Amino acid sequence: MVRRPSPRARAAQWVLLAGVVAVAWVLGSIAAANLDRRNMGFGFGFLGDHANFDIPFHLIGWADGDTYGRALLVCILNTLLVSAMGIVAATLLGLVVGVMRLSRNWLVRNLALGFIELVRNTPQLVQIVFWYVAVLQTLPPPRQSILLPAGFLLNIRGFYLPNPVPGPLAPVLQPLALILLAAIPLIWNRHLRGRPLGSRALLLAIPAAALAAASIVTVERPVLHGFNIAGGVQVPPELVALWAGLSVYSAAFIAEIVRAAIQSVDKGQREAALSLGLRHGQVLRRVVLPQALRVMVPPLTSQYLNLIKSSSLGAAVAYPELFQIFAGTVLNQSGRELETIIILMAVFLFISLAVSALMNWYNRRVALVGR
Amino acid sequence: MSGRALPWLRPAGTGGFVPRSTGGPLWRAFDWLRRNLFDTRMNALLTLLVLAFLALIVPPLVRWGLVHASFGGVTRAACGPDGACWTFIRVHLPLFFFGRYPAAERWRVIAALLLLAGFAVPVLREHVRRRWLWVLLLFTLMPLLAGILLAGGVFGLTPVDTNQWGGLTLDVLISFVTVAGSLPLGVLLALGRRSRLPVVRVLSIGFIELWRGVPLLTVLFMSAVMVPLFLPEGMSIDRLVRALVALILFNAAYMAEVVRGGLQGVPEGQDEAAHSLGLRWWQVQVFVVLPQALRIVVPAIVNTVVDLFKDTTLVTIIGLSDLLGAVTQALKDPAWLGFATEGYVFSAIVFFVCCFAMSAYGRSFERRLAPGQ
Repeated sequence: MVRRPSPRARAAQWVLLAGVVAVAWVLGSIAAANLDRRNMGFGFGFLGDHANFDIPFHLIGWADGDTYGRALLVCILNTLLVSAMGIVAATLLGLVVGVMRLSRNWLVRNLALGFIELVRNTPQLVQIVFWYVAVLQTLPPPRQSILLPAGFLLNIRGFYLPNPVPGPLAPVLQPLALILLAAIPLIWNRHLRGRPLGSRALLLAIPAAALAAASIVTVERPVLHGFNIAGGVQVPPELVALWAGLSVYSAAFIAEIVRAAIQSVDKGQREAALSLGLRHGQVLRRVVLPQALRVMVPPLTSQYLNLIKSSSLGAAVAYPELFQIFAGTVLNQSGRELETIIILMAVFLFISLAVSALMNWYNRRVALVGR
Repeated sequence: MSGRALPWLRPAGTGGFVPRSTGGPLWRAFDWLRRNLFDTRMNALLTLLVLAFLALIVPPLVRWGLVHASFGGVTRAACGPDGACWTFIRVHLPLFFFGRYPAAERWRVIAALLLLAGFAVPVLREHVRRRWLWVLLLFTLMPLLAGILLAGGVFGLTPVDTNQWGGLTLDVLISFVTVAGSLPLGVLLALGRRSRLPVVRVLSIGFIELWRGVPLLTVLFMSAVMVPLFLPEGMSIDRLVRALVALILFNAAYMAEVVRGGLQGVPEGQDEAAHSLGLRWWQVQVFVVLPQALRIVVPAIVNTVVDLFKDTTLVTIIGLSDLLGAVTQALKDPAWLGFATEGYVFSAIVFFVCCFAMSAYGRSFERRLAPGQ
């Protein structure tokens, strides 16, 4: 049944639109007048100006005299880095805790419940600051670094990883490994003698890993050198704290999503599969999980989006991500409030829309496969 | 779901069938252990692993937080080297709860909180006559009275500037005002998003998706930095009010999505039947659709409120001093340096108690809803 709105209502909506436009116009003209009074124009030309500050952690090169535009790029990469690390860790931890929640073992089940309740009922900002101030800042100085297996080091300056040094053949071998990895989703749906390849495509990861390993000549381990650590890759404590805060918090929510999704699969499905003679592992892999995954994708998407947006809390521990640098240093140096906030919002909006488009595309695929 | 486990998570092959037994309490306890923790080899291994993990974590925590901790005294001299210094918390407790609200006027804060509790109880209780009336009072009369108490300036009350408000009170105040503002706005936006009028629909979708796509921190920051740019010269708005408006707009978008879920849960027939009785559009929404929709989404609204309450800590970053801000402030006190862990653990505990209570209410409402639905 489609009821047509009354003519009066249809006329009223245009009045509403006119009202919105009028308010926007008034606000815009006030802002323009205010900017005029301060002798400032509006525009993004300042992105080409030279910035005069240091970004302590950067994935691509950064020097003091580089432009604000490059600072934007550096910060976007930092935000994306911590978001990606957080999403991976939160998903893995959330899966484990979610399955623990369904365990037959009373102790395991309630340990998971306690973790979820504790994490979900305390503010994320408190958690991030707690990780930074109460955990990482109490670590020993470099001289008494905590030695972890496989050459990892942990001290108050951060987390040190061994650094693989690429050999002369790396420019050939590494792209080859990447191509192999990229091919996995492509051949996933290919057929071999009438049967779909499916998860067998994952076997390609083995030669890819072998190629990547072959391209490395030595592994440079972090070692104590005087009063500091030399060699290796340093992960600053700010990044570790933000990463821990983001992934632990999201993991608790993802655990509940996983639990709800698995429970939402009708009991009859399992019973039917078992009565057909499938083994427990097969029931889980071929019947329960594919259906649970379908339920899981939409709420998981919004958790991922929340995590990405929460990465702006890095400002509280001075991790140089988008918000910290742009709402802090760049705004103070350039004095352009309007532009920096528009940039911030636009970048986050773009990332959010891109991730949800990606997840919606994946959701459509899973939905089709599952049916 | 407690107590029920899924059969397929049982390790295959070991059966897991243990006969139920009868006997004395000791035997029953033993039997419970055997059935819930040690029924299969896999489970026994898991139990031992968890026990080992707990043995590693719990004793040091208890030693730090209770056994070696100090509670008495008024200076940091009272604190031992290897335990928690809860003295730090005790000394700063007024700061954590009232912020910098003048000590002589703190009874007004307590009175305002009691007012909130007094008006909230009839709204939240199970069987209440005229609940809508109490809801109306909670969102109109109560804020008026509490606002007069807190701000002062009339009836002989000394005015207290908003930048002296702080601590946990500020978290509660911000949460209440934000809910009171964002819920009605969210309902309007949800109705707008389902509207058949294209302009209304597009405007609602645009508003909702814009706020949901950006971090709360940027929104708060916008209220702190950008709003003055949009005000005529010489006019200024209180910082707290600006933050409140930003939080209301931001949360309205989330409320709208929650309410939309409820609207979708109301059968179409309800709407059609009401229309066929001759009710106008807004009558259908107010008297038929919304009462049913809002009832379904009470648990989801409670979840949103819990999230919002946790997010009020973000106002610290724009310079308002809520509980977390007060803790951070106390940590900078030169007489009390180095008690960061105690401070953050304390604020985590306070938030946990508040949020857990709210979530528990949401769950109980959900259970109450389940059979009738």
